[in-house]
Amino acid sequence: MNVETIIKELNLKVRSALDKLNNNVTGGYTGDLLSDVIANSHEGDIWITRQVHQNIVAVASLKEHAGIILTNSCEPTRETLEKANQEKIPVMISDLPAFELTGKIYNLLVK
Amino acid sequence: MVVWNKLKITVHTAETENYLYKNSFDVEGGNFNNAGAVSTQVKSILKNIGLPNNVIRKAAIACYESEINIVSYARQGVINLIVTPKTVEFDIADEGPGIPDIELAMEQGYSTADRQIREMGFGAGMGLYNIKCSSDIFNLTSEVDKGTFLKIIINIP
Repeated sequence: MNVETIIKELNLKVRSALDKLNNNVTGGYTGDLLSDVIANSHEGDIWITRQVHQNIVAVASLKEHAGIILTNSCEPTRETLEKANQEKIPVMISDLPAFELTGKIYNLLVK
Repeated sequence: MVVWNKLKITVHTAETENYLYKNSFDVEGGNFNNAGAVSTQVKSILKNIGLPNNVIRKAAIACYESEINIVSYARQGVINLIVTPKTVEFDIADEGPGIPDIELAMEQGYSTADRQIREMGFGAGMGLYNIKCSSDIFNLTSEVDKGTFLKIIINIP
């Protein structure tokens, strides 16, 4: 499954790296503690978080995540978007809280 | 500055004389705008060398956490990377407040991070623990009000 399919299925708004929506999604990780995400997430994961500052892009880039989804309609900062476009990391927004969003993506991925 | 120069010295062993790659990266304390940039560069270098994925994964975690520690707590620091046929080694030195109680600092969940650092999702007290878990050799020494030196070795199977 690619990022674009998740965007369509869950009606996400896309804020960066429009040319990278064909990134393959092989799993997911939910977390706001960056050390936890660095240690336990995997390449190809879609990362679900409430953090909006630019350091999330460095984490997603280092871990080679397929993209980042911000929960509860939170908008990324301007610096986050600039960096996400540079690093080619899709940043998306969902109006759902992390629990519901994680459940929906999990179901999409295990189908 | 004497201490800084002393800390900056890379520890050479017989193994590191036969290296595949060696470089040094400066890290600016307090600048979260570029936090993680060195680690991303290091990961890319290790990939180009063609190291196994598990070694790259561990090196990236260790390097990132070390870089974030310098940014979060020190005035400045340096990350020295040496890759040999058998190991990935980091010698990491910073000029900063140092760590008064290393045993306590190693405990999961213990952190001296301020509110601003915690609000960004750092300072969870997992960094040093993550580095140790990712390393085959982990040696942390520190002098209060001077700086911290960390040697990390990850074996290449």
